[in-house]
Amino acid sequence: MAGKPKLQFQRFTRIQRLLHILMIVSFISLALTGMTLKFAYTSWAYFLSHLLGGYQTAGYIHRFAAVIMISVFTIHIIDVVRLKRRMFQSWKALILGPDSMLFNRKDWDDLKASLKWFVGKGERPEYGRWTYWEKFDYFAVFWGIFVIGSTGATLWFPEFFTRFIPGWVLNVATIIHSDEALLATGFIFTVHFFNTHLRPEKFPMDIVIFTGRIPLEEFKLDRPAEYKALVESGQLEKFLVEPYQPIVIRTIKIFGWTALSLGLFIVVFIIYAMIFAYR
Amino acid sequence: MRKLVFFTLLIFRFFAYAQDNSDCLSCHDDKTAKGTRNGKTISIYMDEKKLKGSVHAKNKCIDCHVDLKDAEFPHDENPKRAQCATCHDEAFKLYSAGLHGRAKAKGDPLAPGCGDCHGNHEILKKKDPRSLTFPLKVPYLCGRCHKEGTPVQLQRNIPQDHIFENYSESIHGEGLLKKGLTVSATCASCHTAHLVLPHTDSRSSIARKNIAATCTQCHMGIENVHRKIIQGQLWEKEAHVLPACVDCHQPHKARKVFYDQGMADADCMKCHANTALISSKDGHSLYVDFAQVKDSRHAKIACSQCHSAVNPSKLRPCETITKNVDCASCHAAVGEEYKLSTHGKLFAKNDENAPICSECHGTHHVLGKRDPRSPIFATSIPKLCAQCHRPGQAAAKRIKNKKDDIISEYKESIHGKGLLKSGLTVTAKCTDCHTAHRELPSSDPLSSVNPKNMAATCGICHSGIEEKFLKSVHSPDVTKTDKKLPGCNDCHSSHTISRTDGDNFKLGVMSSCGNCHEEIAKTYFDTYHGKVSQLGSSKTAKCYDCHGAHDILPPSNPDSRLSRQNVIKTCQHCHPGATKMFAGYLTHATHHDPQKYPWLFWVFWGMTGLLVGTFIIAGAHTLLWLPRSFQWKKKLKEIEEREAREELEAEQSESQEKNENGKEK
Repeated sequence: MAGKPKLQFQRFTRIQRLLHILMIVSFISLALTGMTLKFAYTSWAYFLSHLLGGYQTAGYIHRFAAVIMISVFTIHIIDVVRLKRRMFQSWKALILGPDSMLFNRKDWDDLKASLKWFVGKGERPEYGRWTYWEKFDYFAVFWGIFVIGSTGATLWFPEFFTRFIPGWVLNVATIIHSDEALLATGFIFTVHFFNTHLRPEKFPMDIVIFTGRIPLEEFKLDRPAEYKALVESGQLEKFLVEPYQPIVIRTIKIFGWTALSLGLFIVVFIIYAMIFAYR
Repeated sequence: MRKLVFFTLLIFRFFAYAQDNSDCLSCHDDKTAKGTRNGKTISIYMDEKKLKGSVHAKNKCIDCHVDLKDAEFPHDENPKRAQCATCHDEAFKLYSAGLHGRAKAKGDPLAPGCGDCHGNHEILKKKDPRSLTFPLKVPYLCGRCHKEGTPVQLQRNIPQDHIFENYSESIHGEGLLKKGLTVSATCASCHTAHLVLPHTDSRSSIARKNIAATCTQCHMGIENVHRKIIQGQLWEKEAHVLPACVDCHQPHKARKVFYDQGMADADCMKCHANTALISSKDGHSLYVDFAQVKDSRHAKIACSQCHSAVNPSKLRPCETITKNVDCASCHAAVGEEYKLSTHGKLFAKNDENAPICSECHGTHHVLGKRDPRSPIFATSIPKLCAQCHRPGQAAAKRIKNKKDDIISEYKESIHGKGLLKSGLTVTAKCTDCHTAHRELPSSDPLSSVNPKNMAATCGICHSGIEEKFLKSVHSPDVTKTDKKLPGCNDCHSSHTISRTDGDNFKLGVMSSCGNCHEEIAKTYFDTYHGKVSQLGSSKTAKCYDCHGAHDILPPSNPDSRLSRQNVIKTCQHCHPGATKMFAGYLTHATHHDPQKYPWLFWVFWGMTGLLVGTFIIAGAHTLLWLPRSFQWKKKLKEIEEREAREELEAEQSESQEKNENGKEK
């Protein structure tokens, strides 16, 4: 047995990983190009806009990335339907089962237990397949795509939409689009980054979303509830796969670092613009 | 006998009284009749036919030959000349006062008497073409004495030469002699017929002070044509300083430059052609390159026309010159403008830096503005003005509040590039905006670049723009306000004017509008149009795309681009599908004004609340998690180490087992 790599637990499917990569690319593209417009009055925005090929090219990138993100969203919905057929057999199982993405009683209990743990009044809760903060992130994206996507569409095609809605709604849409985007970028690049990558035990990043696999020991400790359930149902073996080659890991890390850096970079710019150049 | 005596007396009396022409003709009708005068034998024949055809047909011989009245026959050998003065006393008085009369009185044999000009017995009315004094014949009449080679011309002091020849070539002579215009000026028209006097005599018709009156007999109203110089009345008022007719229009040689002896250019050049000639006063060179004068605009102007007050009677006629050349004596209107200008005012104050005519136009080599060699040729103007207005130079130093390098700026402007790079001589240069002779600071209400006059100045070239502008809200005609209204230069600048279709202008004009419309510009920059513009988009709607540029009107005006009737059309310039609802977009919206834009205000604060709330909750969660996370990391590490140890132990025990097994074998 010696020298043979340990098997790892497969947490994400190939399509989920691909969608997340596309999500990262489109989200960062949207954030970078969008920020140049939101903070147009700052010199860094002017510089960045020109770096990206000018306001016009930046606009094209923004719209192209928007199309990608909408596609990611659509493919995900289709994938959820396929997932239901393959894994859950019924909508009920998908929605109400222990592995559901929807908030349930356990999340509420986990949240309370987590807060107790934070203040030293309890042990670390036994998190399941999806923790409450992961679910929050997930639905934040749902909400974001709906809010930013719909307002973005009216701003993209104002002539079409003003056939149904008055022109001043475009002004409102601009504010919603822009502030919701600020919230999304701010949240993803700080809270999501910390929760998933930067918190000490995962520092500097958790590449599970790219590899789809997590060392079994780590999985056992991080998601005890899911582990136990899998062991009990005897299905753990089904999810055990061999780890990737080091070259693959290195490539993934380079990509991860790039995305992470760009995100933090944007955060720094936003903070600078908000504090020193806000108007 | 008494009867006989009486009869004889009666007859004699009758004879004496009615001394008839036939009595004279009884002797003088003989063609061969000879007499002597002054010892010379002369014909004493008198052609009665001539007399009968003359103006004196009805006169008797003794009416003129008054000394022969009652004279015995045959009368004295030396009778007096016919006495014209008996009847023509007025003319005779003039003649006697004149040059001819006085010479005659002195016994000058060359002096003409009445008969020399009018003839004797054959005198005809001057309207009669056969008359000696018929206008067409007058030049020949006078020319008998006043032409080259005659004793008069040779022996008497006549300052003019070739009088007859010159006259016949002049415009007057040509009119009279070649074209038969009997009204054309003859000798007598200017010199008068009888009171012929030299021009040095103040009573003379050709004396300097009388010249204008003489010429205006025919050239009525000529002062109107010469308004530029004499302004309609200066000839009368200031005849002594102004040029007289003959200064420019030569008396006999019309159409050719002519100057008195001693005042001709050649006389000046006798000394001034010497390159070593210097002023005894300050040592500056007095050398004149005459070739330059001949090459200049003043080629046909004599030295003494500019360097006036020369005196030909002096050995050095220029000795009497005390004043500098005053160009305004000819260029009067320009001179008046110059006096009003800052340049002129400085000159009046004896400022040493004040530019005078010659500093821009040169001195002897004055060239027209259309001559490319000229310092005032269009493309040379900026360089010319720069001599003083370049940073560090006199004018730039004097104008303290102007620190900009206007000349360099101008060169980079659309006007400067057009003029200097594209060679478009019609492009605006310094003098087009500031005028050539009446430049004034923009603060002066008379200045061409004063805000009040700016539109008119730019409108000289930019036709149509001025009209539009004057109807717009920015025009002082439309908006009555104490605040400063913008002029052309407030948006276009003055010396850095750029193309309006260039990105720099398109983007810069927004801040130009914002200089006055501060708040509204800020709100514009809060919208999509403003933000994209800030990033450098020249295509996105700018102030003027919606409001117009020169024709800005308030939206309440139906002609405004933003009026109810026009606003959709205005949006459609960029958004072809724009509708009435589309036009409802708030192009100057701000979320800072709850009164005006409550929706935007509350949505903004709603979104901000959501953002802040989310971050507080998520942030608190994260911060609380952080210390536990460190602990958890430690725990994980311990577990990992423990597992690694266990594994190692397991491996070791395994290999031990193997070893033991091997030994057993």
